[in-house]
Amino acid sequence: MMKERLVVIGNGMASLRFLERLTERAPGAYDVTVVGAEPKAAYNRVLLSSLLGGEVDEAGCAFRGLDWYEGHGIRLITGAPVTQIDRENGLVMVGEAHVLPFDKLVLAVGSLPIRLPKPGMDLPGVLTFRDLADVAAIRKAAVQHAKAIVIGGGLLGLEAAVGLARLGVDTTLLHVMDRLMERQLDHTAAGLVKRAMEVRGVKVLLKADTATVEGDGKVERLVLSDGTVLPADLVVMSVGVRPNVALAQAAGVEVGRGIKVDDRMQSSDTRIFALGECAEHRGMVYGLVEPAYEQAETLSRHLVGEEAAYTGTSLSTSLKVSGLPVFSAGLIEAPEGAETVLMSDPGLGLYRKLIIGEGKLLGAVFVGDIAEQGWCKTLIRTGEPMAAHRDDLMFGRVAADPQSLAA
Amino acid sequence: MNAHVQAPTPTTVKTTCPYCGVGCGVLATPDGQGGAGIAGDTAHPANFGRLCSKGSALGETLSLDNRLLHPSVDGVRASWESALGTVAGGLRRAAERHGPDSVAFYLSGQLLTEDYYVANKLAKGFLGTPHVDTNSRLCMSSAVAAHRRAFGSDTVPGCYEDLDEADVIVLVGSNTAWCHPILFRRMIDARAKRGTKLVVVDPRRTQTGEEADLFLGLAPGTDTALFSGLLVHLAATGALDYRFVLDHTTGLDGALERARGIAPSVAATAAATGLAEADVARFFDLFAKTKRVVTAFSQGVNQSAQGTDKGNAIINCHLATGRIGQPGAGPFSLTGQPNAMGGREVGGLANMLAAHMHFAPEEVDRVRRFWKAPRIITGEGMKAVALFEAIERGKIKALWVMGTNPIVSMPRANAIRESLKKLDLYVVSEAVSDSDTARATGGKTVLLPALAWGEKDGTVTNSERRVSRQRTFLTPPGEARADWAIVCDVARRLGHGDAFAFPNVAAVFREHAALSAFENNGSRDFDLGGVSEITDAAYAGTAPLQWPLPKRGKAKARMFADGQFYTFDKRARFVAVQPPALAQAVSAEFPFVLNTGRVRDHWHTMTRTGKSQRLSAHRAVPFVEIHPDDAAGLGVAEGDLARVSTAHGTTVLEVMITDGVRHGDLFAAFHWSDATASEARVGALARGMPDPVSGQPELKATPATLVAAPYRNRGFLLTRNEHTLPEGWWWARATIQGGSGLQFATQESSRTVSLMVRGLFQGLELAEYADHARGSYRCAAYADGRLVACLALGPAEARPAWEAAKAYFAADALEPASRRALLSGRAETASAGPTICACHGVGLDVITGVIAAGAGTVEAVGAACKAGTNCGSCIPELRKLLPEVLARDAA
Repeated sequence: MMKERLVVIGNGMASLRFLERLTERAPGAYDVTVVGAEPKAAYNRVLLSSLLGGEVDEAGCAFRGLDWYEGHGIRLITGAPVTQIDRENGLVMVGEAHVLPFDKLVLAVGSLPIRLPKPGMDLPGVLTFRDLADVAAIRKAAVQHAKAIVIGGGLLGLEAAVGLARLGVDTTLLHVMDRLMERQLDHTAAGLVKRAMEVRGVKVLLKADTATVEGDGKVERLVLSDGTVLPADLVVMSVGVRPNVALAQAAGVEVGRGIKVDDRMQSSDTRIFALGECAEHRGMVYGLVEPAYEQAETLSRHLVGEEAAYTGTSLSTSLKVSGLPVFSAGLIEAPEGAETVLMSDPGLGLYRKLIIGEGKLLGAVFVGDIAEQGWCKTLIRTGEPMAAHRDDLMFGRVAADPQSLAA
Repeated sequence: MNAHVQAPTPTTVKTTCPYCGVGCGVLATPDGQGGAGIAGDTAHPANFGRLCSKGSALGETLSLDNRLLHPSVDGVRASWESALGTVAGGLRRAAERHGPDSVAFYLSGQLLTEDYYVANKLAKGFLGTPHVDTNSRLCMSSAVAAHRRAFGSDTVPGCYEDLDEADVIVLVGSNTAWCHPILFRRMIDARAKRGTKLVVVDPRRTQTGEEADLFLGLAPGTDTALFSGLLVHLAATGALDYRFVLDHTTGLDGALERARGIAPSVAATAAATGLAEADVARFFDLFAKTKRVVTAFSQGVNQSAQGTDKGNAIINCHLATGRIGQPGAGPFSLTGQPNAMGGREVGGLANMLAAHMHFAPEEVDRVRRFWKAPRIITGEGMKAVALFEAIERGKIKALWVMGTNPIVSMPRANAIRESLKKLDLYVVSEAVSDSDTARATGGKTVLLPALAWGEKDGTVTNSERRVSRQRTFLTPPGEARADWAIVCDVARRLGHGDAFAFPNVAAVFREHAALSAFENNGSRDFDLGGVSEITDAAYAGTAPLQWPLPKRGKAKARMFADGQFYTFDKRARFVAVQPPALAQAVSAEFPFVLNTGRVRDHWHTMTRTGKSQRLSAHRAVPFVEIHPDDAAGLGVAEGDLARVSTAHGTTVLEVMITDGVRHGDLFAAFHWSDATASEARVGALARGMPDPVSGQPELKATPATLVAAPYRNRGFLLTRNEHTLPEGWWWARATIQGGSGLQFATQESSRTVSLMVRGLFQGLELAEYADHARGSYRCAAYADGRLVACLALGPAEARPAWEAAKAYFAADALEPASRRALLSGRAETASAGPTICACHGVGLDVITGVIAAGAGTVEAVGAACKAGTNCGSCIPELRKLLPEVLARDAA
């Protein structure tokens, strides 16, 4: 019997994790073809800021060599944008000429950076920060004595700004809200992150609403809505992403904000699946790697015939903002009737906040040391009583064996 | 910390400890930085090199923080010239307007003999006021009175060697283990060496009681019954020394008859004292059958409205058995202060004149002639309690307090503080500026800075009549001066320059010694004639001497061995004592009997020991001891705060539950003052009914009540410099290593306190932990990374302990783990190291751990501890770590 043909569009982190899990579970079960729009095989996108800052080179970002794909019988096509999905005939069009038939199709096409709908955003020197090509472009523009402005105080914006500062570029970070990472952090935590940014050489302007980018043939300055003029040779846009739904939409697959999938990552077409940042599951679109990996896990099991269901990832963020560990899960401010427990030692860059309602953990924000984050996530998810654990969550378990802390 | 300037003598100086009456020899070696190394003097016969906790920590008490360094008049700094002028003018004016007896002096067992001598001389011979009393009145004046009634003189018959040579030592009303620790060591050594039995008689089972072979926890105030019963028993069992009684005493029959009326039998003694019959019988038997018995007594006997009778009840038993002046036998008054004995020698008490002379006409005349005194007094003055009451009544217009803190130590101290306002002149010679007494005010208030221990020079006498030198090893700070020199200056201003023209302290001593020998010829016990012509150089270098030391003849270690006493007929007197009864009965309103006393590591009102962090750690807060049954009945638990009140005052103390106090009794230590606690002046609680003979006030049995004093929150505050807390908070201050510690209680919420703290520590980096829902708040303030303040607060039932925080406060710089632990109020947690894997929160230490345990690849590390298995951003770090750790382990 002929093997089923499985085509995966997109070769990012979600795609690779899916392929790894699929080939571990059922080596050779499918005839797999992967089509990536970027010229390189899947790499670690999380390291882009390190790459920008020169801490790692491109090789250091790589996951799997071409030999791995070959060794697992995976046909890898890179630098080839998919132009169309023909559901009726079970075909994927690659470029103008290439046609790939499929029995099953996985969309792991990620998301696209948003450009602000403001004048001047198309000027040369206005860049996004999303892939290896962006990094190369930014590095090229970040010459000595250049002035760089990063718009967007979310994680990616912070990472880009730190990467630029590390290159020795005079870098200013603009954020329209009154604190950085406002969806994940409260004021205190955001303040610590801001301080960490400043220590790393990034000037941070909050409540900075960009009005226009101006210049004669290239970026020369950025003007804020309050009239402030900021000279700039380079503007990096990092104000968010939107799921890449164009292909699916054109093919008539049901989309909302993203490509709508069920708990098995299956779209409105039973042969077509989606995962990662392009997928919309139970109304949620995730922009982080952890849910993408969970989805990859689920889909790989489903496609080898195991029972598997993805039920969503609890909203939490664990990350290092240029070396500063930050964790946020659940609520970040106490609602009426809930309790707050706070610990802060600014000298150590330490901050912890727990939000507790009716004896259950509702939210946590940690900066500086996030060792108990896994436990917090569990407590938030399960809603188990946590009164006895308050001190341990704030200050760490009194444990003699350091390895037990990792559990 | 303020410190003395470079010490004048870089070599080791032999001096004497300024604390209790044991009078231990101390070797002080100035460190050149204003402090000194302290060691026991192996050559000193009181201690042979040993020192107790307080003596050992003397080096920690030498700072100039809180020292009075300049004279002041009504709170304004003044020159010596002007301050002394104010004093002399005020004394003269009071004497002229209201008579010489409107002037009073309140002296101290902390003064040196030479200071005492000139003050006594000025008052009794030149100003002409008999009102010179001293804090020794609160300490051992009942022993003095008992000695005089029995022996005709204030003579301690024995010496410390008797403690080494006794077969039974009976300790009555004496927590020797804590209050005379070096003597207690000698007793314990004697037990080890010769099997000496220790009998401890005390309503409270103190540390001394715990060590006893026989502990007799009698009811408060019933000592007289016990020793009356003993006298009856000795007579009944033929244990009397009839030869001695017949040849050298008088009054046994009357005393015995009275004793039979009080405690005719073992059973009656047991009933009267609340002791078990078997214990009483055992004690009587032990005493009767042992020749070498020392009965040592101190404040439990003396600080009583019947203290003199208690002392005589004890002495009666020793006279009856002839056990006095013999090696290993005798009654032995252990004095509380370093120079209470010196004060008695110069006559610095209201019922003495001078040099163990009183008011017989020939004695008055003798002293007048010796002093060439223009206004010699002819009768007793008012004793401490009466003297302060006379101030209240407006009879005393000028008071000069030297080296003591009556506003803390006197009974009814609150009333006394009020009465000072009626004085026209209130003079305080003091070493410290913040004692409650130095902070009190009169009509005109003059503060005179006096030298402290280590700066002053002179002599003190210990409990065994041994005169030792206190010597200078520190430079006098500021404008402080010797007390004797201050008094002489005032005397000069009053026109008595000739009589007070002492060129140096040795000259004062010579005159004092000469007076003791003046027309003595063996008629008076106190005789220092042998050193009345001592040269300055010999005085400077003299080793300890024991009196009597007459011009001809040798010093005597023991008195009365020859059966010759200082009464007119040379016979000792038995005293028929009064039946025991407390001066004040408990009532429904005040159902407890409040006993007061000391703790191991503090001395008096803490003005010196309070500076030592070591000495402040043993008992850091004022406390009240209560029996478990009483505590249960009142619903108070260990560590709770309770209000202890009497008709005279009120305090808030921390509850310590112990069956060491009797059911119905309370015990509180009197050391805390307004400088060290918000509401803990235990002295102010006592009524202080005076003993009719000695005038010593009752401080061991005041009717009192105790009720829980609940506060919402408890906590502590550690700061580098002393800090004050708001009105209405309960607090107690203790010196800690590197700063000052306050334990406190408040009705304020943790939220309010946290806001207050932010105001308090403005400009400092503040680390905080707040769990207001549980009423918990902790914070630490840092300046340039150094911990400068730390506060913890929690609900009263979960009050934070401060031991760990104190340890962190002592350190210079804190590791991150310590900073966290300080905030947590818990032990330091095992650190996982800096976070490497953010996704799973895995620290460096964990990762190196799993690599060392065999995880040799990134994948294996991930499998072992999850690091790098999510976003993978830490994988480069893991790759770098792997060879490093493997290489390190291979090495």
